[in-house]
Order: sequence, then C-alpha cells, then structure tokens
Amino acid sequence: MPDARAPVLPERPRLAPGVRLHFDTTRNAWVLLGPERVIETEGPASEILRRCDGSRTVGQIVDELTALYTADRAEIEGDVNDMLAELATKRMLA
Amino acid sequence: MGVLQIHLSGGEPASRRDLVEIVASAREAGLYTNLITSAIGLDLPRLARLMQVGLDHVQLSLQDVQADGADHIAGYSGAHERKLVFAKSVVELGLALTVNTVIHRANIGSIAALVEMAASLGAGRVEIAHAQYYGWALRNRQALMPTRDQVGRAMQEVAQIRSRYQGRIVIDLVVPDYYARRPKACMGGWGHRSLNVTPSGRVLPCHAAETIPGLRFWSVRDRPLAEIWSDSPAFQAFRGTGWMPEPCRSCEMREIDHGGCRCQAMAIVGDAAATDPACELSPHHDWMQLLAGQESSHPATAYVYRGRIPRDGATAIPAR
Ligand SMILES: C[S@@+](CC[C@H](N)C(=O)[O-])C[C@H]1O[C@@H](n2cnc3c(N)ncnc32)[C@H](O)[C@@H]1O
Repeated sequence: MPDARAPVLPERPRLAPGVRLHFDTTRNAWVLLGPERVIETEGPASEILRRCDGSRTVGQIVDELTALYTADRAEIEGDVNDMLAELATKRMLA
Repeated sequence: MGVLQIHLSGGEPASRRDLVEIVASAREAGLYTNLITSAIGLDLPRLARLMQVGLDHVQLSLQDVQADGADHIAGYSGAHERKLVFAKSVVELGLALTVNTVIHRANIGSIAALVEMAASLGAGRVEIAHAQYYGWALRNRQALMPTRDQVGRAMQEVAQIRSRYQGRIVIDLVVPDYYARRPKACMGGWGHRSLNVTPSGRVLPCHAAETIPGLRFWSVRDRPLAEIWSDSPAFQAFRGTGWMPEPCRSCEMREIDHGGCRCQAMAIVGDAAATDPACELSPHHDWMQLLAGQESSHPATAYVYRGRIPRDGATAIPAR
C-alpha cells in the first residue's frame, strides 16, 4: 500500500536550490550539503545523487545504476525510489 | 581541516562592505555558503551579486507575522515590510531560503502563523528557535520568558504543524531549555563540530564563549586555523569529557549531550564547568526552573536594545 503521504517524485529529479553535492578531499567522500545539513554519502548513494541533475528520468537513473552494480534491476529500483522519496520529504529534491 | 560549511552571521553581515568578496572566496574554497541576515542594509543589486558569486543559501530572521508586533520586537519601524520584500526577491532569484524565528513570550502564540508565512514566502525551511538566553536576550529575559504552559502548548503545536507541512517545508526546532529535563547538545559539543571567527579574527568555540571569563582565545592573525582548532586553550578547556564534574562524568549521555551548554552554566550557576542547569540531574536545575517561572510572570514588556540608551517606560507592546 502506498503511503498516503509518500511524496510525488519529480520526473527528472535534480537537487533542490540550496542543496549541492560536494567532493571533500579530507574525508575522501561525496557529501550532500544543505542548510544546516551535511549528509555523508558512499558508493551507490553518491552514484544516485550525481545523476540527479534534472536531465535523467528516474528510470534512466535506475538503468545506469543497474549497469554499474551486480544487483538486479528491481532491487536497485527499490533503493533508488526509497532514497529519492526520502530526499523529497526532506525537500532536498526539485 | 575538512570544514564544509560557512555561516556568515553577526551582528549583521550585510554591514560588511566586502560581503560579496567574502562569499566569492568562500565558494572558491568549496564551502557551502550561508548568509544569516536581518535583510536590513542588503539591497537587491547586492543580493543578485551574492547569488552570482555562488551564495548557496539565505537565512532571514522574522520577528512576528504582523508588522506592528514584529517591528516592536525588532525595534525598527518598517523592518517587517522590508523583510517580506527581501524574502520574495530571494525566492525569485532561485536562491534557497530559510526563515528564522526566535520564539518568546510576545510571539509564542504565532508559531503556526509564522510557519504559514514562511511557507507562503517560498521558504524551504523554517527555524523555530526558542530564545536562548545569552547576551541581549539574557538582559531582556524578564520580558521574553514564556510560561511553562505556553512552552508546553507550543511544543505540541510544532509536532502537529510538522506533520501538516511534511514535504512542503522543513521545520527545525531549537528547544526551550529553561523548562527542559535534559540539556541540548550545545554546538554539537564544545570544539567538536564547529568554530566561530569574530570580525577581529578571534576564534571561539561558540558565539557566546566570550561571556566565560578566563578563556584564552587565539587569533587567525597569529596562527593557522587548524592549529587554533586543535591546540587553543579555549577549545581545549571543555573539549571531550575530561573537564566534566559529576553527575556528567559518569552519565551515559555524556557523549550525546556533551554536558549541555557552558555559557548557560556560566550565566545561571556562575561556573562554566558546572553541569548545565537545564539538566534535571544538576543541583541547580530547580533554581533555574523557579527563575524561569518567576520571570515568565514578570510584567515587563519593554526591551533593552543593543547600542541604545534604555529609557524608563520605553515602548510598550502594542495591544492586539
Ligand atoms: C544573531 S542573528 C545575526 C544575523 C542577523 N543580524 C540576523 O538577524 O539574522 C542570527 C540568528 O540568530 C537568531 N537569534 C538571535 N538572538 C537569538 C536568541 N537569543 N536565541 C535564539 N536565536 C537567536 C536570529 O533570529 C537570527 O536568525
């Protein structure tokens, strides 16, 4: 059952104004920066975030991740949707 | 050092003539750049230039929803209207906006309206900050302190508003610690997550740290920032858990709340190394709650402002 409050995902997700992905050389990791927010990301999460540039559809992001990782598409699709939904709830996607 | 964000605050950062240059070089260094402003003294052309050089985010303080009440609190006639115009420009430029509101006795009933105002201005985030009593707020505590009931109702209200606005606006809460049972993790721990550089170059563990007598602050004019961060006596003073008295020292929360706030211990107990009296385990907790209760029913409504000579019977809160 879909959650009544589950956010509607944008067709071609991109990071909201005021949210930016930054490679930090001290941590040697991608970090998602927002107002009073620092989210350290690793592996798949940063691969998803780097593709949220407003040019790709959610389906294309899933396709590209499927090509990168060995997990099957359905599983990756679930992960991508969960992550994007969480970001949308935090108003980090546009 | 791995610093990720810079918050340009004050005082009023717009009063810096080199604000655009500061933002530009912060962005060149890769920092997430946040301007915390009252909007007074910041015109549209300068805002547009700030955006061009890469400003990431604007945080605008609003005092209340209605201009009369807000201007009284700000002590500046016409301020509210200018802030609203400024907020619209920020959003129109495509910049991310947070609305900051400091909550106290005169506006604690307006939280829902403040959140609605922030959302309708196009802010992505709103900070409901219960007043922290340092500096000028401490001087004005009798006129600012809400009652325990007001605070209780406000906390419930925020919980409801949060679910109502989920996905529309992010609501961050700074908790009112005079009526709390456990202290806030002030600054995320002393010398643990952030540092503060004053206009003169002194580096502080928090913006109120200069209220603690005897701390020695080093300056970026004399030493590299990384060295100050790791070795300066002020940062060493309350870093980690070694400085803690009981009951903090053996408390299972010691790495979570870091013993609360040093400046508050200083202000209330007179000893910066004491357990934050906001904690119910502090021997001074009852005294702090008593103080809050008494001040919340104090009839004072006039505020003392920075840099102005207080007058007897100054302005009174306009009737609503
Ligand atoms: C001290 S101001 C400085 C920057 C600027 N002058 C402004 O108005 O935003 C920074 C932020 O702290 C908030 N603030 C001021 N005094 C406070 C207090 N006593 N407790 C909690 N927040 C406070 C302000 O509303 C503002 O959003």
